[in-house]
Amino acid sequence: MSAVRIRDLKRTFTLKGVLNGVDLDIAPGEFVALLGRSGSGKSTLLRALAGIDHEAEGTGEIALPPRIAVIFQDARLLPWLRVLDNVTLGLPRQALPRAAQALEEVGLAGRERSWPHQLSGGEQQRVALARALVREPALLLADEPFGALDALTRIQMHDLLRRLSERHRPAVLLVTHDIDEAIALADRIVMLDDGRLAADIKVAGAKSTALRTTLLAKLGVA
Amino acid sequence: MNAHSGEISAAPPPLAPARQRTPLGPGTPSRHGHLLGPGLLLLYWGVLSATGWLDPRTLPAPWTAITTGAELVREGRLQANLAVSAARAASGLLVGGFAGVLLAFLSGLSLLGGYVIDGVVQLKRGIPILAIIPFMVLWFGIGEPMKVAVIAVAAFFPIYIQTHSALRAIDLRYVELAETLGLGRWQFLRTVVIPGALPGFLLGLRFGATAAWLALVVVEQLNATSGIGYMVTLARNYAQTDVMLVGLVVYALLGFGTDGAIRWAEKRLLTWRRTLGR
Repeated sequence: MSAVRIRDLKRTFTLKGVLNGVDLDIAPGEFVALLGRSGSGKSTLLRALAGIDHEAEGTGEIALPPRIAVIFQDARLLPWLRVLDNVTLGLPRQALPRAAQALEEVGLAGRERSWPHQLSGGEQQRVALARALVREPALLLADEPFGALDALTRIQMHDLLRRLSERHRPAVLLVTHDIDEAIALADRIVMLDDGRLAADIKVAGAKSTALRTTLLAKLGVA
Repeated sequence: MNAHSGEISAAPPPLAPARQRTPLGPGTPSRHGHLLGPGLLLLYWGVLSATGWLDPRTLPAPWTAITTGAELVREGRLQANLAVSAARAASGLLVGGFAGVLLAFLSGLSLLGGYVIDGVVQLKRGIPILAIIPFMVLWFGIGEPMKVAVIAVAAFFPIYIQTHSALRAIDLRYVELAETLGLGRWQFLRTVVIPGALPGFLLGLRFGATAAWLALVVVEQLNATSGIGYMVTLARNYAQTDVMLVGLVVYALLGFGTDGAIRWAEKRLLTWRRTLGR
């Protein structure tokens, strides 16, 4: 049984990013990091799973759980909604009480009435995390969510994401180009190259320095 | 040269006290600084009038505007005409604004609407408002409906154009977000589209209100029997320059007041924005 099943997924764009027959399964609660060079198709795959790749053409099968949440590279908060309203956006009425709790979980209790522009970049991304969590997703899709943050904030966000994903156990697909981030967070690392899955490595038990060397070699860096 | 000269030249140069550089920027602005220009103009005008250099038949003294204005208020003429003018401008602005917003949404949110409406509006935009008055007279007669229609057309364009371009400028990233959050059409409209277009609409409303006052001035000089414009036209026939002056001052105050009111509303409605101007 899997939370996500992808078979022979192909996508073409006029601009960039191509998928050329991707097969991937993600188990419930499994944290998968998706590595790849720029233009390898990482974001294309994630956008296909999120269902927002309207401009793409392609074939293949995707089976997904009903509740999916997406975190983008930018926090993507609506600037005209206060923090709490951003978290509850589109939420059914009976789920509203959970929003304050979700904000507390990401360490932003008391900031419910703030405007997004009053928060730092890291805080905004934490609101985005709360907005995702409050939906109780079975699958969390994250597209380089920490790419725009400074190094120290990124480390804090790694801890937060790890804690929260251990507590709520969604299946996670984290798109990143940061090998250390992938090793620090994921149970399993898959790598895309030229629109195909080029590697699929379990992180548990592997020595991180050896893993790092292997991944760098596969990315063609070392 | 003696043997000590080497030692002397090796000593560090003597220190000079820190020198304050001449500031090249314009300096800190004063809060009411922008009143200086109008104040000086008023002073110049007052001095010319008081010394008799300015013939009151050319332009009455500034205080004449106040005394004549007070007199017109006592007679009840100013309020009555002002009420008529304000009602005309307001109904024109309301009709034009409603049409502007409606058509902007139709053409901004649907492809077909855009193809049909926007092209026509852009075409019409090139025709000056004064040029359509003869047709307005033909269609609506010379009574109130024509006046309101001309004002509505004048107010329509800026409101349509600003609202439409604000709708078109809504960030696609927010549309993607709305899709991933599973928002319905109505919810998307309410939480993303309308708040996103609001700044553009308010800007258009400011331009639209100004356009409405301008159109009012024009239509009130065409066969009107009431209103500030009528009061001014009548005064011109009797060479009452002081009443004409009061009319101008009232127009200026109305335009200024309307703009201020909309800016105030803007401030209240757009508290989420962090801008330079504030």
